[in-house]
Amino acid sequence: MPAKEGSPWGTAIPPFRITVTSGKLAVREALTAFIGKLEPLDLDIEEVGTIELILAEVLNNIVEHAYPSGSPEGPIAIDCSQIATGLSVQIRNRGAPMPEGQLPIGMMNAVDVGLDDMPEGGFGWFLIRHLAKDVTYTRENEENLLSMRLAIGVAPQALS
Amino acid sequence: MEIASKNENRMRIVSVKEPRIDAAVAIEFKDAMRVQTDGAIGTVILDLSQVEFIDSSGLGAIVAALKHLGQDKQLALAELAPTVARVFQLTRMDSVFSLYPTLDGALTALGNE
Repeated sequence: MPAKEGSPWGTAIPPFRITVTSGKLAVREALTAFIGKLEPLDLDIEEVGTIELILAEVLNNIVEHAYPSGSPEGPIAIDCSQIATGLSVQIRNRGAPMPEGQLPIGMMNAVDVGLDDMPEGGFGWFLIRHLAKDVTYTRENEENLLSMRLAIGVAPQALS
Repeated sequence: MEIASKNENRMRIVSVKEPRIDAAVAIEFKDAMRVQTDGAIGTVILDLSQVEFIDSSGLGAIVAALKHLGQDKQLALAELAPTVARVFQLTRMDSVFSLYPTLDGALTALGNE
C-alpha cells in the first residue's frame, strides 16, 4: 500500500502487534516475526541488523530479569507503528519491575583493562541506549512498558 | 551448537557453524569453545563466516573464551559480517580482539608473527 502524502516512507505497513510467551526461544521467535512484518519496507540489511539487535537486547532482558528462570513464564507484547521519524515501538510485559523502577543507565565498563577484569556483560543496555531513541520506561497496573523510537527508514529531510 | 576446529600452521581455527550466537546458545557456545580450544598452543582464530547475528550475550561469551585462553594465547576473529562487526565496534571490543576480514588474511598475518 502506498504511504500517505508527506510521509518519508515509500511504503506503508499497518501497525502490528507481536505476542510471545517468555522462555528460551521466545526472543528468536519474536525477532523472526517482527522482522517478517517489516519486509514490505525493503529496509537495508544494516537497518534490519540494528532493529534486530535493539529488540534482542530488550527481549533478552525481559526473559532474564522480568521473568527470571524459576518464576512462571508470562506474556510479552511488542507493538510497532510507522511514524514520520521512524518506527514507534512499545514493549509490554507483566513480570518483575526494573530495579528501582527506572531504566538502567547503560554505562559501558572500560575495556582497556587487564584480561581478568574484561567485562563479559553490561553491553545490553549500552547498546539499547546507543541505538534506540526516546527510550522511556513506565510501570502501571503491574505492567512494564518500554517505549522507544527506531530512527530507520527516515528520509534525510525528516532528520532535521 | 555446531562448532568445529582444526589445526593449521600451529594455529587452531575454530569455525562456528551456526547463524546466531545469542542468549539462547551463549552458555552452550562458551562450553563448546572450551572444548575446541583445549590444548591450543598459541593463537586461536575464531571463524565467524557463517554467523549472521550476535547479541551482547554472544559477545560476552566470546570475551569469556578469550579470558579462558589466558595471557599467553590470543584470540583473533575472522570473517565478521557487517552487522556482527558493528557490535564489536559499538562496544569498543574491536580494540580487544584482532579482527580480520578473511580467514586467509588472518592465517597469513598471524602466521608471520
